[in-house]
Amino acid sequence: MATAAQIAQGAGVMPPDSIVFRVEDIHKYYELGETRVHALRGVSLEVARGEFVAVMGASGSGKSTFMNILGCLDKPSSGHYWLEGTDVSGLSKKELAAIRNRRIGFVFQGFNLLSRTTALENTELPTFYAHIDKQEADARALAALEMVGLADRAGHFPSQLSGGQQQRVAIARALVNRPAILLADEPTGNLDSRTAVEIMDILQRLNEERGLTIVLVTHEHDIAQFARRAVIFRDGRIRRDEQTPDALRASEVLKTLPTLED
Amino acid sequence: MELMAVVRIALRALARNKMRSILTMLGIIIGVGAVIAMVGLGQGAQQQVQAQIAAMGSNLLFVGSGTVNRGGLRTGWGSTKTLVYQDMTSILRECPAVVAAAPGAGSSAQVVFGNDNWSTRLTGTEPQYFDIRNWPMASGSVFSQSDVDTVANVAVIGESVRKNLFGAVNPVGQTVRINNIPFKVVGVLVAKGSSATMGQDQDDAIFIPLTTLQKKLSGQDWLNFIMVSAQSRDASYAAQEQITGLLRDRHRIRPGTDDDFFVRNLADMADLADQSSRVFTLLLASIASVSLLVGGIGIMNIMLVSVTERTREIGIRMAIGATEADVQRQFLIEAVVLSLIGGAIGIIFGVGSSLIITNVLGWPVLVSPLAIVTAVVFSAAVGIFFGFYPARKAAGLDPIEALRYE
Repeated sequence: MATAAQIAQGAGVMPPDSIVFRVEDIHKYYELGETRVHALRGVSLEVARGEFVAVMGASGSGKSTFMNILGCLDKPSSGHYWLEGTDVSGLSKKELAAIRNRRIGFVFQGFNLLSRTTALENTELPTFYAHIDKQEADARALAALEMVGLADRAGHFPSQLSGGQQQRVAIARALVNRPAILLADEPTGNLDSRTAVEIMDILQRLNEERGLTIVLVTHEHDIAQFARRAVIFRDGRIRRDEQTPDALRASEVLKTLPTLED
Repeated sequence: MELMAVVRIALRALARNKMRSILTMLGIIIGVGAVIAMVGLGQGAQQQVQAQIAAMGSNLLFVGSGTVNRGGLRTGWGSTKTLVYQDMTSILRECPAVVAAAPGAGSSAQVVFGNDNWSTRLTGTEPQYFDIRNWPMASGSVFSQSDVDTVANVAVIGESVRKNLFGAVNPVGQTVRINNIPFKVVGVLVAKGSSATMGQDQDDAIFIPLTTLQKKLSGQDWLNFIMVSAQSRDASYAAQEQITGLLRDRHRIRPGTDDDFFVRNLADMADLADQSSRVFTLLLASIASVSLLVGGIGIMNIMLVSVTERTREIGIRMAIGATEADVQRQFLIEAVVLSLIGGAIGIIFGVGSSLIITNVLGWPVLVSPLAIVTAVVFSAAVGIFFGFYPARKAAGLDPIEALRYE
């Protein structure tokens, strides 16, 4: 696994043994009335620093459950999960909240921005719970908006932004506390294909230029092609886990796509 | 600093639903306003009673002739003839807590002026009576000690008697007849109103020298009462004991037998009146508190709606790192801000309606700073108490479920 990760991240930018996620034989059950739903049936996976992984699978395959556990929103029923060397399976809710706040950035399908709150304030939101002072928070949020190319829209409300712009604000929000990991749950699900590729371009750049580890959940092959590794779920198990040597470059694809003006 | 940030978020959330926030506040506004106005009304009444008692003289003692047991037959109050003028002089001489005393004897009498007549209370006394009762003249003057000594036919009348007999005529210098004996009116007393403790019209009275009453009208040589003034309100309790001891001695009452007189301490009555007006205040306040309670329930209701509406927001906040405590605090502070703003407006409302009650109805209303402080503390407490459950509910949400909520 480590060697695969090494190949994936190219010329050894990161130490090869730096594992960000390590999941060992994770099970997850839900009690739904009388019946017991077995959502995850023994999942083991390692993701190294700097990887760009696409998690794929049909709905009900367990990929969302898996993402929730990776994102520390949920706990596995059994098994272990190490995040940057910490065993998170045994942490309290408060400790998990701190991990979500500082070590993980979330991007959702539905953007999940607070309405009637400016782009800047939305971006700042995680700093509030990290107890970062206002001045520093402003500076960081502006820098994050700059990273996604929206510095000039800082004062806009979500309703004044396009879907792609809203998702970029969400990415900026995910980056503001400088996490090492970005979890994206169907980030392009609500976007047209060109905007989707634009978002993928941003994610690729963040991955390559900043060494950000990205795990992307998607059910679209087109989108998964931009990642360098694909993990495919079926019936609560990992069916396939393979490198994508011929990963597409979003910046290249964009050139072939018609712009809105065309 | 951090708290201010949370308060800002709360204010913004409340501003988002202005109409709803205002309506919710209305409950607290009315509650706090009612508490302030009602407590003010109660305290105003209390102060008025206290002022009346002070005007009456709270260091006053009333010694009355009592009941006697004649061979198993017990007579009512005032039926003994054992209270005499010498009792008064020895009270003055031998009771150190007493500073002044005035005798009193009387009955009801028909007073005639011209073609009019009026039935009123006739009291024979001495001039110091008016000092002891703290009762000034509206016009004319009190009869003098020499009037008493010379058994003069002079009278001092109360305001109700003046109104009923004289109307527009100035009574001073006029002559009235009591039992066909002419009396010259020398003075009119200031209106005193109904007594705070007995509700009796104190102004419906006529006063003449004791000697004149005893020698020319009733012929009685005993007294109906002695009005005593103690050194202070506190000393009145000592005076009561001293007088009781002295009179039992003088009337040769054996231990174990009942007194043939009674001593009523007006400080006792003042306490009683004070207490009853305090109960009145408490009653008003507790009725008003019910509306505050209802207002609090309104806050809880709206906060619960708000939590449901903002489930997704709660989910987002939790996903990006808000702890349960963070979420709980956010909603709790929102409820407290809501009720505190309501409380502040309620104070204005309460003070305003107190002023209206005073000016329109003429009732005395006393808005004390204590009532205002209590109202503020109370409304904050209402916010915390009724905000707690919704805040707890918000904090207990599962972030995954909350994010999925549409």
